Amino acid sequence: MSDASPPMNDAILHVEHLSMKFGGLVAIGDLSFRARRGEITALIGPNGAGKTTVFNCITGFYKPSEGMITLNRRDGSSYLLERLPNHEIPARAKVARTFQNIRLFSGMTLLENLLVAQHNKLMKASGYTVLGLFGFSGYRTASAESIDLARHWLEKADLIDRADDPAGDLPYGAQRRLEIARAMCTGPELLCLDEPAAGLNPKESMALNALLMDIKDNTGTSILLIEHDMAVVMQISDHVVVLEYGRKISDGSPQAVRTDPRVIAAYLGVEDEEVETVLTEVGDEDIIEQLDTGPDSAHGPGTSSSYLAGPVTETVGHSEGERVTVSKGASKAGQVDARSSAAANKAAKATPPKTSRTKPAAKQNSPRAISNALDAPRDGIADRLALIKGIGPISEKLLNQHGIFHYDQIAAWKKADVEAAETYLAFDGRIAREDWIGQAKALAKRASAAGKRGGRK
Amino acid sequence: MAGTTLLDIKGVQTYYGNIRALNGVDVTVKQGEIVALIGANGAGKSTLMMTIFGAPRARAGTITFAGTDITQLPTHEIARMRIAQSPEGRRIFPRMTVMENLQMGASLDNLKHYEEDVEKVFTLFPRLKERIAQRGGTLSGGEQQMLSIARALMARPKLLLLDEPSLGLAPLIVKQIFDAIRELNRTQGLTVFLVEQNAFGALKLATRGYVMVNGNVTMSGTGKELLANPEVRAAYLEGGHH
Ligand SMILES: Nc1ncnc2c1ncn2[C@@H]1O[C@H](COP(=O)(O)OP(=O)(O)OP(=O)(O)O)[C@@H](O)[C@H]1O
Ligand SMILES: Nc1ncnc2c1ncn2[C@@H]1O[C@H](COP(=O)(O)OP(=O)(O)O)[C@@H](O)[C@H]1O
Ligand SMILES: [Mg+2]
Ligand SMILES: [Mg+2]
Repeated sequence: MSDASPPMNDAILHVEHLSMKFGGLVAIGDLSFRARRGEITALIGPNGAGKTTVFNCITGFYKPSEGMITLNRRDGSSYLLERLPNHEIPARAKVARTFQNIRLFSGMTLLENLLVAQHNKLMKASGYTVLGLFGFSGYRTASAESIDLARHWLEKADLIDRADDPAGDLPYGAQRRLEIARAMCTGPELLCLDEPAAGLNPKESMALNALLMDIKDNTGTSILLIEHDMAVVMQISDHVVVLEYGRKISDGSPQAVRTDPRVIAAYLGVEDEEVETVLTEVGDEDIIEQLDTGPDSAHGPGTSSSYLAGPVTETVGHSEGERVTVSKGASKAGQVDARSSAAANKAAKATPPKTSRTKPAAKQNSPRAISNALDAPRDGIADRLALIKGIGPISEKLLNQHGIFHYDQIAAWKKADVEAAETYLAFDGRIAREDWIGQAKALAKRASAAGKRGGRK
Repeated sequence: MAGTTLLDIKGVQTYYGNIRALNGVDVTVKQGEIVALIGANGAGKSTLMMTIFGAPRARAGTITFAGTDITQLPTHEIARMRIAQSPEGRRIFPRMTVMENLQMGASLDNLKHYEEDVEKVFTLFPRLKERIAQRGGTLSGGEQQMLSIARALMARPKLLLLDEPSLGLAPLIVKQIFDAIRELNRTQGLTVFLVEQNAFGALKLATRGYVMVNGNVTMSGTGKELLANPEVRAAYLEGGHH
């Protein structure tokens, strides 16, 4: 951790060297981070990075293969969560969570759901399942106090009008808010939310932001948030931790994480129309250099998120000093790291690309060829053509198959080339409409500027 | 072929018990179009998607697919007409492996393309390929969403119905899926009808769009028109990043 790490008692949660294996698969590998009290800490990363698994370890659903998870309560008591039986975690450590796949008692009313939540024993006995099938009269057994608390959170979640409807009848987005209300009814010190904004539209996401800020400001509950909606994460988080392959690739303020090239490469990507803004914002040479990593042909579309490259059985077991092992080229963050370390590295990597094998056949089938097609990308490294608005991963592949790898090639197209390309791609007039050539020129220019300054060829 | 109406929904009313969720909905999807349906939570979008498949069944109105009235057809016969659906909330088979889930999606008439189609969905979602033998239920949320979409594609559908395909997916993957839909549409003429909360992305992708409010279609137009419409902007686009 950085020097800015808070003293121990300011961290409500301290995760140290956490590892979790499923058979041969290392879902989390040697992960350490802290969440500060009273803050919103976000946990983000590609699908399958291990975020939900971290929650499952914190809340006792899984026993971690290795590592320590310390929760420090306000009253000064501390708990090692990995040692606490999972049903004691809500009551003793005051940790509450919501699930990625909604788990409500769909036959019970909203109010009943919130009342049951306050009966920890019942919750435990029910295992979140069959309870309430018959005769559970939440109202009759509940104290006035718990009804008040339930009502309070129904109001906060904007659900009070439907208090008496079965939870299952609620639209998806409302069920998500109900889950948060239910978790808050247990009076948690740490609230773990797994994708609370999933299924919400931008407006509803903003309402969620307001609810979470309200919780943060007025209850003192600390929040650990897993979320793919960056409008939520970047606006309300105090601190963001980024995972890829169960490993931490970035950790810092939303602004720092958002502009971290490793996070952009592994997770965020760059919105077509935002390319330029980001480039200028962050100092384009560096970013171009870093984003420019050619797609690794062995691992699917270049713009795809990080995918564990080898079969599951190829991942190595985790023991002392070991890390999650993935096939070379799979980690986008790793690619960025590799990139920043020298052009020498690049020359070494310049092996004949796969595309040269399939290309001749494709060429024969084509009615016309593009005049400046190449047999292989120069230096074995293709530009990321998908950065051109209108070119997706499939088009990029097709273009590669037809010998187009670089911005400057597209930038130099003549009318006949455009027509030929449109035949390959089954496009009509799109290349002109979306001004691929203009975009390619701009990208080529930036790339060459970056090359001069950064020592790139 | 282009311009022919593939799916024609006329005056459809759907009820849950005695509560009416759709109040006479008209929607058409033409061959080769990408049509987006947007609207707030609870508007009835998923209900319309499910009504196309007959569960729940329309109590009034008609649904015609490629000239055939499918309003009263049993669900499995509707699927046999090569309409495929990735429903809301990733309903995959949790105990089956990734591969078995994909097999369930493949249409019986189409088994000769099976290998080829499997390769295609693996190109789109390399992650699934690495998890061939993992049970659906143990996949991460986003991996399950990928599987749900992949399974629908395995049917080689004439019409692909997607209920919130971007749900729970990383920003990079969302972009990749939208790109893939666009390209399948362009290169293979795949017709797509999709529901999205990501209204900006969906309308940008769509040929045409519909807006649903409380079980009624209140607006329709080209994707561009709706994106530019101040009411649509205020209700579904603003307050978010695009
Ligand atoms: N019980 C299990 N058995 C085998 N593999 C598992 C199990 N649970 C999770 N995994 C795998 O571990 C990895 C991490 O899963 P996890 O659910 O933590 O991902 P995530 O970061 O929450 O992803 P998403 O954003 O898609 O929800 C995934 O590749 C998943 O398939
Ligand atoms: N199984 C169900 N039983 C009762 N009511 C339902 C059911 N499913 C949905 N509803 C209700 O129907 C309306 C439309 O819901 P839905 O189609 O899910 O909307 P959307 O997909 O647009 O969010 C909502 O008021 C919702 O509460
Ligand atoms: Mg998850
Ligand atoms: Mg829905």
